[in-house]
Amino acid sequence: MIPPSFTYARATTVDEALALAAEHGEDAKYLAGGQSLLPLMKLRFAAPTVLIDLGRVTELSYIRDEGTYVAIGGMTRHHEVAHSELLAADIPLLAATAEAVGDPQIRHRGTIGGSVAHADAAADLPATLLALDATFVVKGPDGTRSVPAAEFFKGIFETALEPGELLTEIQVPKPAKPSAWSFQKFNKRAIDFAMVGVAVQGGSVALINMGSTPLRASAVESALASGASIADAAQLAADGTNAGTDIHASKAYREHLARVLTRRALEEAAARP
Amino acid sequence: MKVELTVNGKDMTADVEDRTLLVHFLRDVADLTATNIGCDTTSCGACTVLLDGESVKSCTVLAAQADGRTVTTLEGLAGDDGTMHPVQQAFHEEHGLQCGYCTPGMVMAIASLLKENPSPTEAQVRQGLEGNICRCTGYHNIVKAALAAAEASK
Repeated sequence: MIPPSFTYARATTVDEALALAAEHGEDAKYLAGGQSLLPLMKLRFAAPTVLIDLGRVTELSYIRDEGTYVAIGGMTRHHEVAHSELLAADIPLLAATAEAVGDPQIRHRGTIGGSVAHADAAADLPATLLALDATFVVKGPDGTRSVPAAEFFKGIFETALEPGELLTEIQVPKPAKPSAWSFQKFNKRAIDFAMVGVAVQGGSVALINMGSTPLRASAVESALASGASIADAAQLAADGTNAGTDIHASKAYREHLARVLTRRALEEAAARP
Repeated sequence: MKVELTVNGKDMTADVEDRTLLVHFLRDVADLTATNIGCDTTSCGACTVLLDGESVKSCTVLAAQADGRTVTTLEGLAGDDGTMHPVQQAFHEEHGLQCGYCTPGMVMAIASLLKENPSPTEAQVRQGLEGNICRCTGYHNIVKAALAAAEASK
């Protein structure tokens, strides 16, 4: 399959990327690693007329220790997040989630910013970043703003990004007890998107593919905070969710998976020394 | 647009449509047809090549994204005198292929894996090949070949 025709434009700096986006308007789309966008274009689910390739915007590829948080450039690839010694020590949940994305070939190309901006409800990293209370730094024609993960994901493939805005940095606070994490996902083949997934950090729980956006399992979090057992709290994992039915699973089965995976995740996070 | 790639050590320049995928560039422009198109949806790994030394699925990379960079296909693995690469030799010795369709992608994925982890465990090999599907389900000998190649490269 060949994607529909488009004009390829290449940026080498953030300013160039923003200028190209301003020039080409709403029909243009940023191309990060392309591991989600190109397959969608080949299937004609997306047909931007201009692609602005960010692949050479090297200033957006970094993982930096900022004391209380870690700053990650939007064009940092999953492979680099998964193998970062800083993240392995301070935010192992994020490194483990990046290692769970797709397969090695996809992790060599795909980027953290691309995954977040694409906002697939079945994607791994958005839920983990939601559980970690990350903040997304966004640059646009009118300057820079910061959007908390809880306010970023608006719907299926829909985010707080305005046309022309670029997600430049992901800021992830270091958790108090880095080792209290777990990432669970259920799928049929390793490369498939999660049928349902759960990211846990301490008492924070986020769900993958239980609605049109990644969701915090607030009922579980409140129950844990008021002293409920893991088994009892996990029973509430599907409360407030809106899972869909598709060829992979029914809504009821997804709700069952959410409860089971949440229990497993909380148990694993609690058991880590 | 004009793209310039180094493919298997040779500099290549071509005028291609902006939407040209790397796999089509390799097969149709460079005339290197070892790289197969399998699922064409980033799932099966048959089109795996090395981009600057790392495995990628060439059905999901634009030729334009590879402009100015180095690509290695299966044809570029063997030595100039025809000596097989350790991974190729191991596939030969361990009967690592049945129909052969997934083989070029498997070999390139393993070459990349061994570069990152020269002494993988069996579990790490299986995990490292999660992006490659064998339609003959001949995984056991493929994994054996990967482990044998790691051993032979020591």
